[in-house]
Amino acid sequence: MDRTIPGRESRRVTRRGILKTGLGVSASGLLMPLTAPHVWAKTYPTMGTFPAGVQGKTVFAAGLFPLTGAYASLGNDEKLGFDLAIEHLNNGSQVTEAVPSLKKGGGVLGKQVMSGTADSQTQVNPAVQAASRFISSNNAMVMTGAISSAIAVGLEALGQRQKVIYMGDVTASDDTTGKNCQRFGFRLMPDNYMFSQAIAPVLAKALGHNLKAAYLVPDYTFGTSLYTELTQAFAKYGWTSATEQLAPIGTTDFTSYLLDIANSGANVMFNETVGADEVTSTKQAVQFGIMKKMKFVIPLLSPFIYKSMGPDVLGGMYGTMPWFWGMQDKYPLAKYFVADFHKKFNYIPRFCAAQCYNSMIMWADAVERAGTFYPPEVIKALESGYKVDTIAGKVWFRAEDHQGVSPVPVVQGKTKSEIHGEADNWKLVEIVPGEEIMQPIKDTGCHLPSTAAA
Amino acid sequence: MPSTALLLSQAFSGFAFGTLLALLSSGLTIIFGTLGFVNFAHGAMFMLGAYAAFVVLAHWHSYILALLAGAMVLLIVSVVLERGLLRFFYTRPPEDQLLVTFGLSVMMIEAIRYFFGSNSERVAQPAWGDGIVNFWGLFYYPLYRVEVIGIAAVFLLALYLLLYHTSLGLMVRAGIEDRLMVGLLGIDVRRMFLIVFVVGAMAAGIAGVIFSPLSAVVPDMGTPFLIQAFVVVVIGGLGSFGGSIIGGLIVGELLSLTTAFDAAWSQASIYLVMTLVLVLRPRGLFGAAGRV
Repeated sequence: MDRTIPGRESRRVTRRGILKTGLGVSASGLLMPLTAPHVWAKTYPTMGTFPAGVQGKTVFAAGLFPLTGAYASLGNDEKLGFDLAIEHLNNGSQVTEAVPSLKKGGGVLGKQVMSGTADSQTQVNPAVQAASRFISSNNAMVMTGAISSAIAVGLEALGQRQKVIYMGDVTASDDTTGKNCQRFGFRLMPDNYMFSQAIAPVLAKALGHNLKAAYLVPDYTFGTSLYTELTQAFAKYGWTSATEQLAPIGTTDFTSYLLDIANSGANVMFNETVGADEVTSTKQAVQFGIMKKMKFVIPLLSPFIYKSMGPDVLGGMYGTMPWFWGMQDKYPLAKYFVADFHKKFNYIPRFCAAQCYNSMIMWADAVERAGTFYPPEVIKALESGYKVDTIAGKVWFRAEDHQGVSPVPVVQGKTKSEIHGEADNWKLVEIVPGEEIMQPIKDTGCHLPSTAAA
Repeated sequence: MPSTALLLSQAFSGFAFGTLLALLSSGLTIIFGTLGFVNFAHGAMFMLGAYAAFVVLAHWHSYILALLAGAMVLLIVSVVLERGLLRFFYTRPPEDQLLVTFGLSVMMIEAIRYFFGSNSERVAQPAWGDGIVNFWGLFYYPLYRVEVIGIAAVFLLALYLLLYHTSLGLMVRAGIEDRLMVGLLGIDVRRMFLIVFVVGAMAAGIAGVIFSPLSAVVPDMGTPFLIQAFVVVVIGGLGSFGGSIIGGLIVGELLSLTTAFDAAWSQASIYLVMTLVLVLRPRGLFGAAGRV
């Protein structure tokens, strides 16, 4: 018997039809987790910008970079690394294909990553204000960018308050994952302790034991922290501190500091300044004949210092970086990154670009492994100690303080005759594995707050 | 307590930096004193001079040519800006002048960033500046920095002669005292204002050329100098050429000598002294009465 409803097509209810429908429903139920995970996913409470920031087809990432001010050259490199990371996450690349969780491409958890960047002006307040706007207006799910550790400390504190994950990319102060550590803050770049531990044996071997060192120190958390770590690392080799000259960021004339250093009786000068300050102080140190009186070392090199100073000043000088494009012989993914970056931006990327790129890859991988953007789950994935194959080899985060375990390349400036082509400025002396130079957790001063803590 | 030798070398260093600040500030004070115009683009003009030096020295390796280029670039830029925009702001409130020159400053900085990037450019000091001068065994000082004192002094002297020993200078100084009266006497005030603005801008450009081998040449390099130049003008007295020289030397010495005792106080000290001057003598050390 046909049961028909006027105005509709005829539908005949049969036993076979009911069985077919039942099988179909069961099959779709089985397939549902694969096709529409959000329907069956565990529901999480509201936290920060979650779930508001992931309800559409996109997710927002915020970049806070110093595009003006003393650290602008570093910030521009950093921003381009951020841009390339977003492009690779959305469109795929040889780097993301090598990371199992990101292999399928097409964004993060199927959502295209949208991004916004702002100029931090190398100052904490503009950085925090811009980040706050990205959180309130764009529901940013992740933030990155720093260069100045003071900015990193400000942004991770904001992340903790607003419950938005902050991936610190270029920040070396111990405090970032030490006394100022936050549950929502992660720092992939090696810290000052690691840089100091990496360079001390190399320099002690090259220059000798029981020397006196003078320090030109930028007067904020990065500089004072590096001073502490260097003096402790070199104490093992009998080195002592002759003088510590604290100079504010943006100092126009370092003469007075250099006069003190020249008169300090030191055998070695450590120039800890960064960016434009590093160039200015190095220029002025040359004019004061410091290089003839003592060995000159920039323990943490700015990415473009060689271009600004040249081989006559930096040839033969030792230093460290958090990443060096010459590492591509050891790490295949670095080769892909360098090639893609060069193709897009027409120069060889420096470590600021690499650190920002890698930080975003680490975040995306953690989200994919967590299967959700819900911050506590992403934090758990980041804290799991899972080793991600990246452009700096296998790297991971230490759960106790969120410090990245990442290698430190020790480099030496090339002399004029050794340079062959663009950016061929540094010789790789040694790559020190990150796990060998981590600060013992008891010494970091880090006590991670809970996810709920403001 | 620092040694006598260190104090002497710091005092000399303060003097050297002070002369350069004086040159930069003299341009600012001439413009401010004559036109009553707050030029926040003065630091960017200083930066343009440094970039002119970079381009010229990279291609022709001539310091004299670099000085000429620094002056010429600022001559062109300042004529265009003054005729095209800034003259309409002479009678506007100071906040309008501040905003328009601040905007121009940002545009100049970003234009340079667009063409040259944010990285510091390499500007080598001239070969005749290589070496160290031994001051009777008491202290040593880089030769170029000693020469900078002389070069800055020559330009300051030229400005002094222009201001105090020419009819143009007479008109400018009269303009500083009473702009309205100068106009009523039939002097072409518009032309005079243009010349004053150009001379002030060229002083900034020349200071940028002189300082380029001493500093990172980056688009933002003028910003800290602008602030220091304003401190110099406030201490020395608005519109006072002599005041800008004395103010420059005071600020240079403060920055340098405080570092010998406690570097942390170096920057703070100049603002402290500026505050004291503002409280005790609002017109500055050499400013004319009634001009604050």
